[in-house]
Amino acid sequence: MVVVVIYAIVTYNGLVRRRNETEEAYRQIDVQLKRRYDLIPNLLEGVKKYFRQEQDVLTQITQARSQAMQPHSPREQAQSEARLSGAIGNLFAVAENYPELRSNTVLMDFQEELSSTENKISFSRQHYNDSVSDYNTKIQSFPAVIFARSMGFSEREYFEAVGPERESVTVSYD
Amino acid sequence: MSESPYEGTFRERIAVNRRNSLFLIAAFLAFVAIFGYIIGWAWIGDPVGAVFGLVLAFVVGAISGLVTYFGGDKLVLATSRARGITHHEAPVLFNVVEEMAIAAGLPMPKVYIINDSAPNAFATGRDPEHASVAVTSGLLEKLNRDELQGVIAHEMSHVGNFDIRYAMLVGVLVGTTVLISDFFLRGLWFRGGGRGRGDGGGGYAQLIMLVIAVVLAILAPLFARLLQLSISRQREYLADASAVRLTRNPKGLADALQKISGDREVLEAANRATAHLYIVNPVKSFEKRAKGLFSTHPPIQERIEILRHMETGGIPQTAG
Repeated sequence: MVVVVIYAIVTYNGLVRRRNETEEAYRQIDVQLKRRYDLIPNLLEGVKKYFRQEQDVLTQITQARSQAMQPHSPREQAQSEARLSGAIGNLFAVAENYPELRSNTVLMDFQEELSSTENKISFSRQHYNDSVSDYNTKIQSFPAVIFARSMGFSEREYFEAVGPERESVTVSYD
Repeated sequence: MSESPYEGTFRERIAVNRRNSLFLIAAFLAFVAIFGYIIGWAWIGDPVGAVFGLVLAFVVGAISGLVTYFGGDKLVLATSRARGITHHEAPVLFNVVEEMAIAAGLPMPKVYIINDSAPNAFATGRDPEHASVAVTSGLLEKLNRDELQGVIAHEMSHVGNFDIRYAMLVGVLVGTTVLISDFFLRGLWFRGGGRGRGDGGGGYAQLIMLVIAVVLAILAPLFARLLQLSISRQREYLADASAVRLTRNPKGLADALQKISGDREVLEAANRATAHLYIVNPVKSFEKRAKGLFSTHPPIQERIEILRHMETGGIPQTAG
């Protein structure tokens, strides 16, 4: 009997810990997204003078950014994020046309910071999915499966938009 | 993610490795206790002495354990002449560490650079909240971003799997065993042949214990070292597997290991005491001389092969 009680307590605490982990992982995605929004104006400021003839590339990024920052449903959010990534990818594609820009350290720093932030966003999503997978498996396996649902633990959904977000998407979704 | 073809394999391997490590640590602890017990009996001549020896062995272990636990990482970093850096000084390295910390869901560790042209890296600390990752300047020069990411993922896996703490604790246990053996053998020397006490009824038992204790004191440090090495070998395989789980890119780490192992330069900042911490054994002549049992790292070619198998989606056959 004592063993059963201890077992139940350990299982329950395991569920609580995993649920908190998934919530923390979800918040981390928002932290990284916000970081990218904060980063873009600073970095655009740094490279502005090199893109005098290609102003629309910069405005595209600024527009996509302010669009992405507005509250959306998760699905729309994923789309506007994809558009922002696409606009940024465009900037580097344009930069390829200017040999003097390719070796420019400001631009290279800019590229490193932005691509790293994109990596951080997708790694935070990957980590969220990893912890969701852990949590869901725990809920669905014995002995938690007996009482997990009745105590308010329910499976969480995976973040699905990792794929399109990682490629530079230039098509428009409407 | 669940659709990944080798996800199940990772989880299983990590679970098996954790079990093995726990078993080895328990065996190690039991060994230190028995060792103390036998020496105690041999020295004082009765079971009370044996218990005294057991307690003493534990106390010595606990004290050196605590000192190492709270200061060991600083000592290792200082002897490796590692310099702490900020984002501004090495943005790519800093970003890659941050990315891998996020992928692993761990706090950002402190980042250090060792000024040495031989490419290598290690992680240390007592837990993920107090972890440090150090890489050589040679590593930064010679690896591309994907390869660096693989190496850092390997190091963050050591952090996340608590290998950094195990490495410290096992180091303490080895140190304790050596200390006790040394203490006992020197003590014997000073006592010489003049064992007057306990020559009555307990005489034979004490004599037998004394013989066992002498043999153990000579062999124990050797066995302790072997056990330490086998633990660190297993952890290298596990960290490689977990690293791929973070980057989802086995090629990066495989290429990095290939480059590091093909490099001819010798890491001057490393010595025997810190060798087991590095991603690739920095003491190269030593690795060549003593393969197998005495090596801190699994053969690098085997590690690369396992990673190449993952690239093609196959399940590695040879992992232990």
